[in-house]
Amino acid sequence: MDGFPILSLMMAVPMAGAIACLFVGANSARWIALIATLVDFVLGMALWANFDQSGGGAQWQFQEYAPIFGKFAWALGIDGIALMLIALTVFLMPICIGASWNAINKRVGEYMAAFLFMEVLMIGVFTAQDLYLFYIMFEAGLIPMYLIIGIWGGADRIYASYKFFLYTLFGSVLMLIAMMWMVHEAGTTEIPVLMAYNFDPHVQTWLFLAFFASFAVKMPMWPVHTWLPDAHVQAPTAGSVILAGVLLKMGGYGFIRFSLPMFPEASAQLAPLVWGLSMVAVVYTSLVALVQSDMKKLIAYSSVAHMAIVTVGLFAFNQAGIEGAMMVMLGHGLVAGALFLCVGVIYDRLHTREIARYGGLSINMPRYAVLFLFFTMASVGLPGTSNFVGEFLALMGIYQASTWVALVCTTGIILGAAYMLYLYRRICYGEQVNADAAAMPDLSGREIWLLAPIAAVVLWMGVYPESFLKPMRPDIRALEARLAPAAPAGDSKIKMGAPKPAGEAHEEVHHEEAPAHGEAH
Amino acid sequence: MIDSASLLAVLPELILTAGGLILMLVAAFGGDGTARLVNALSVLTLIVAGVALSCSLAHGPDAFDGLVRADAFSVYAKALIYAAAAAAILLAPRFFSTDSALRPEYPILILFTAIGMGMMVSAGDMLTLYVGLEMNSLASYVLASFMRQDGRSSEAGLKYFVLGSLASGILLYGISLLYGFTGSTAFDGIAVALGDGVGKGELFGLVFVLAGLAFKISAVPFHMWTPDVYEGAPTPVTTFFASAPKVAAMGLTVRVAIEALGPAGLDWQQIVIFVALASILFGAVAAIGQTNIKRLMAYSSINNVGFALIGLAAGTPAGVAATMSYMAIYVVMTIGAFACILQMRDADGRPVETIASLAGLSQSRKGLAAGFAIFMFSMAGIPPLFGFWAKFLVFDAAVASGLTALAAFGIAASVIGAFYYLKIIKTIYFDEPTGAYEAKGGAVENVILTACAVVIVLGYLLNPVLDQASAAAAASLF
Repeated sequence: MDGFPILSLMMAVPMAGAIACLFVGANSARWIALIATLVDFVLGMALWANFDQSGGGAQWQFQEYAPIFGKFAWALGIDGIALMLIALTVFLMPICIGASWNAINKRVGEYMAAFLFMEVLMIGVFTAQDLYLFYIMFEAGLIPMYLIIGIWGGADRIYASYKFFLYTLFGSVLMLIAMMWMVHEAGTTEIPVLMAYNFDPHVQTWLFLAFFASFAVKMPMWPVHTWLPDAHVQAPTAGSVILAGVLLKMGGYGFIRFSLPMFPEASAQLAPLVWGLSMVAVVYTSLVALVQSDMKKLIAYSSVAHMAIVTVGLFAFNQAGIEGAMMVMLGHGLVAGALFLCVGVIYDRLHTREIARYGGLSINMPRYAVLFLFFTMASVGLPGTSNFVGEFLALMGIYQASTWVALVCTTGIILGAAYMLYLYRRICYGEQVNADAAAMPDLSGREIWLLAPIAAVVLWMGVYPESFLKPMRPDIRALEARLAPAAPAGDSKIKMGAPKPAGEAHEEVHHEEAPAHGEAH
Repeated sequence: MIDSASLLAVLPELILTAGGLILMLVAAFGGDGTARLVNALSVLTLIVAGVALSCSLAHGPDAFDGLVRADAFSVYAKALIYAAAAAAILLAPRFFSTDSALRPEYPILILFTAIGMGMMVSAGDMLTLYVGLEMNSLASYVLASFMRQDGRSSEAGLKYFVLGSLASGILLYGISLLYGFTGSTAFDGIAVALGDGVGKGELFGLVFVLAGLAFKISAVPFHMWTPDVYEGAPTPVTTFFASAPKVAAMGLTVRVAIEALGPAGLDWQQIVIFVALASILFGAVAAIGQTNIKRLMAYSSINNVGFALIGLAAGTPAGVAATMSYMAIYVVMTIGAFACILQMRDADGRPVETIASLAGLSQSRKGLAAGFAIFMFSMAGIPPLFGFWAKFLVFDAAVASGLTALAAFGIAASVIGAFYYLKIIKTIYFDEPTGAYEAKGGAVENVILTACAVVIVLGYLLNPVLDQASAAAAASLF
């Protein structure tokens, strides 16, 4: 595939589809969107198949470069981390289109166009190798998402769309100023070069904070997460899926691509800040999720808690933590997306998200109950599902950096089990108190086809995560090496003493092997 | 001594003058029936004058012993001015014909303002500057009150005249102070005199000159006339006011600041920074409560001028280039937006100006709604639209010259501005339809709208050309 601009093609296909959708009727638009996203999925899989995972090859593959924009260039290229996030995007997109098949029946052409445009921008964010190109893609996503929430959203959609737009815009603009400063300092807009550039540690703090403002909002981290529950609740089902599935990952991707490698000293210096915010987020938003009466809001708060696990994993400064963070991102993208689809399924039937309006669905919707239970368990982090791998690695990583953070964040897993199982109990078990809920038909063939592929991948990721870790490993190893000089000393490191009798030494050896555990799968 | 090189350097102005005078005779003898013919011929005159710019550049940069400059900067600004003036002429007939106010004086007056604006941006002397400015202003006062039978229009003209005269007085006072303390009205003469330190009198002169110019670009705190004039003037005239004279006044301000007051850079930089930030903030905040779209565009233009001034505040060639690029992109956005606003007509073809009437437009007029959305998102500075690049350039220049705090503050304030642009998009896309607009727009409006939209959407491909042109323009000032 040398020289073939597959990344540009992956953006051109949905772009062409988006333009076509604007000019055709509702049904044609649905089919165009489905075909375009499926073509992109096939291209994405081809990309994965042709990606050199051996670790011996170049870090950046499929590079394209065209200096057509004056001060910046159309520079694309991916590493393993970007590859995985692109795979997640192209996998979720056809599902989103399918989920909107019947649920959206007004202004279908514009809806599909907005989604396809969104896909272009998401792939653009993960492939951009030029700082300004990245910013443009990152920021442009606001336009389609604003329209999706505002036009096809629920009752309070206008407030939610404003809040989404202005929050994320405000976060991003300061990042732009920092980017300009960096480009003037380093004299280049190429991301790979900037990743290796050593900025003055004093300035790094400011640069880090500017980027942090953007990524923390996008992620979202406590206390700037409040736009997320509003946006999720008001967005249409597919909008929530893509928001939780991919858009939130842009924040994590930003940390891993910019904050950590470009400002290692500042990252280490401000890591306690990130840890602190993450700890609050894990505990606080989990507790908030526990008392929600709206299903979507509950899952939205659980997303904030899961994203906090991502940030602690990233700021563990070691391979296990970062690999774990990536796995949580991928796993959460699938599971949260699937949970929003599950909510969408029953919302389409009863048009309410009130938990109390349901109950005992396992009686009349057994297939639904099984799939919903599976995703609930995956969200809780049951071993054998994707989220277990990620959460385990992330917490193991942070344990090496700070045992206290690990302790507090692990309670999030317990609270997660509490709110998810409580949600499941109220919806699927118990008496069938509501007659209309009891009369709902089980999953249709279309809905099974939406949920089953996600379930399969969630299992795959839980049973054999190596497929997903392998492409990322060389990049994460490189990142760890880049961070190593600045990484804060952990509080759980073993102190090597004088040689002791064999029985006591055994314990120490066991601990030292722990970081390598992630590779052993 | 008038030599042929000097005359060739001002060839565009000569063409416009001759064209304007001949067309005036045509109008005088032919009556109102010649309006469409005069319209077409005026556009033709502007095109010919635009072609003549290359001749002007070849015989520059100095003409008439430095009174006039025909350099890359003036050519760049004039190209923009002529294009905007032509668009304002083309957009007019449909609007005026509904009120049977279509008269041939309109394009002729615009030609005369174009001459004035051309002199403004190519002035090399305070007196050339003043004559150009007044020529532009006098014609503009008449244009603002062009709808004689409309009370709002007359009021706009009167307000514009009274406040404009005041500003001219302030400017003239500043010029006289500068002349008194430096002994010269030529830009380079003033620069030489300021080179050995800025005295108190010179400082006063500088402040008054900048105050007068700030009025012309409608920067805070000299912006008060803008909303009233924009709202009251006929919409094609507002289109014109928001585009070409803005470029001319901004070009003039930049040239005076760099060429004449360059050595006093530290003194005017503070003023420009204050004016820029005040304009950005005020333009953004005051626009939020507006219900009339033309008034909103007035605040939007105040806001935009603030951003453009950030490039000037940087005071570097890159900063000036950024300001000029900003103006180019701003003109395209503004004309596009007004091409949309001109299509806001109710079922009987009467113009409507309330933002509320836009509700649900996306369901009745998809193309028009998309046009609005593109220009509003672009003005809000959201990528991938070209308006983002305009803001990017000025902030980039500010960061490059060490004004990081200014850039951070300005860009944060741009988020406030984004809110009211979003409000329009919200009205168009999210609200339920209320009254219907007429079924389709005029052909000319649609062509201009589409052309502007294409530039705004695909503008990044023009970057190399724009960068080169604005860099050349900026380089000719330093």
